[in-house]
Amino acid sequence: MMKTRATAIPYLLWMVIFILVPLLLVAYYAVTTPDGAFTIDYISQVGEYTPVLVRSVWLAFIATVLCLLIAYPLAFIISRKSGSGQRTMVMLVMLPMWMNFLLRTYAWMTILEKNGLINRFLAQFGIGPLEMINTQGAVVLGMVYNYLPFMILPLYSVMTKIPNALIEAAQDLGCNGVQVLIRVLLPLTLPGISTGIIQVFVPSVSTFIISRMLGGGGNLLIGDLIDLQFLGNAYNPNLGAAISLVLMVMILLCMSITNQFGDEEKGEMLK
Amino acid sequence: MKWLSKSYVWVTMAFLYAPIAVLIVFSFNQSKSRGAWTGFTWNWYRRLFTNEVIINSLINTLIIAVISSIIATVIGTLAAIGIVNMKRWQRSLIMNITYMPVINPEIIIGVSLMLLFVWVKSIGLQIEFGFVTLILAHVTFNIPYVILNVMPKLRQMDMYVYEAAQDLGCSPSQAFFKVVIPEILPGILSGFLMAFTYSLDDFIISYFVAGATSQTLPITIFSSTRPPVSPEINALSAIIFMVVLTVLLLVNLHDTRIERENQRGRRGMGI
Repeated sequence: MMKTRATAIPYLLWMVIFILVPLLLVAYYAVTTPDGAFTIDYISQVGEYTPVLVRSVWLAFIATVLCLLIAYPLAFIISRKSGSGQRTMVMLVMLPMWMNFLLRTYAWMTILEKNGLINRFLAQFGIGPLEMINTQGAVVLGMVYNYLPFMILPLYSVMTKIPNALIEAAQDLGCNGVQVLIRVLLPLTLPGISTGIIQVFVPSVSTFIISRMLGGGGNLLIGDLIDLQFLGNAYNPNLGAAISLVLMVMILLCMSITNQFGDEEKGEMLK
Repeated sequence: MKWLSKSYVWVTMAFLYAPIAVLIVFSFNQSKSRGAWTGFTWNWYRRLFTNEVIINSLINTLIIAVISSIIATVIGTLAAIGIVNMKRWQRSLIMNITYMPVINPEIIIGVSLMLLFVWVKSIGLQIEFGFVTLILAHVTFNIPYVILNVMPKLRQMDMYVYEAAQDLGCSPSQAFFKVVIPEILPGILSGFLMAFTYSLDDFIISYFVAGATSQTLPITIFSSTRPPVSPEINALSAIIFMVVLTVLLLVNLHDTRIERENQRGRRGMGI
């Protein structure tokens, strides 16, 4: 029983039916008409939505950069704490992740709304109401809030392996703070950075819930377009499949570029 | 420098927890409006426990999570055993496909499975969007987590133990159940738990395959965040947060105790 490959057969069947065939169907629907004739109309139609594609990539990019900037110092501070301190902090970072992301996003609706907490607070000083919800800023905020832990955790897990002595050695040899960061920390944490970037960028660029809840109707993203073609009024699975295919290709490209930087196994030097 | 890093930690933690705190506070608010505090009440909790839609979708979610994670654990564990015995190229091919549901955006997996079911219907097979499609979809995204948790345990396992059991008179199936399974059980359990929690929490994939009649808890949450918002979901968030907090604290306490016992054991042996 332990030497056989046969036990994998149920999974192989499942994999073919529920992973491979569906992905092939996405490609098939993208290049055929509802009658089954070959066409590239749908793919070229995606071009009409270039502003939406650009907006999605741009907002996801800003969210990823913000996450990196916020998470990097935090992960470093956590990694310099004592064993039990580290465990507590990691738990504190993970806890919000375990709440459903719909509830977390809904919480921000409460805060940013026209009659929400911030505007009520500002009104006491005669300011506002500020237009915060239904803006691109709100969408980026939602992305950063939801996916920040996905950046903190991989960064922390590479940083915790960096011994203090290494940083002290760099300082003894004449590095100032900035040089320690650029010459020592950044190269050693590249694998964590690239994992974090992928884990924040991929869900951000493909979201449709955050943009719907915090962006109103005016800030459609790729995810909203896909959703509209499948479950919205615009029912058109062929166009939806074509957009999904474009999104998939974009993400694969982004991942291979990011992996170019992170995959040099620099983290291995520490083991 | 010390106070700077301390206050940085406080600010980021406030950012992570403030929205959740707002939800919890407003779950006790008398008024339906989310901006102003008008007095303390348990009303929303009472209404939550008598809200049939929410209770039913919670039951649905639990049933789907239990069934799909059990099926995924059985198929995934058997698959891992088979895959370990495969030739290198077979193994890497299969693992690359297995990673697809993990690395692809959830919306793509959701859409591709929806297309599969639409297509199956179009060629004349009977399948209704609902309970069955939800379970099939959940098993599909759960299996990879089981395989990824069980494979390392199989690799660490000493295969001679299995042969030794047979030399000592076990039949192959006895050796499998009495020797191999206990050896890889931690991997199977953590795979099962991961599958179970992902299944409980999933919204995006369920959203595309649920159809009009079956609701899981996240789908119900989504529909109640759209206006008119029902304040019961504040109460629901508070309860979910407390449950998650308790589980994480218990796990953490358990880990700490094990670690302490290990240390004591090591000291006792004079190492």
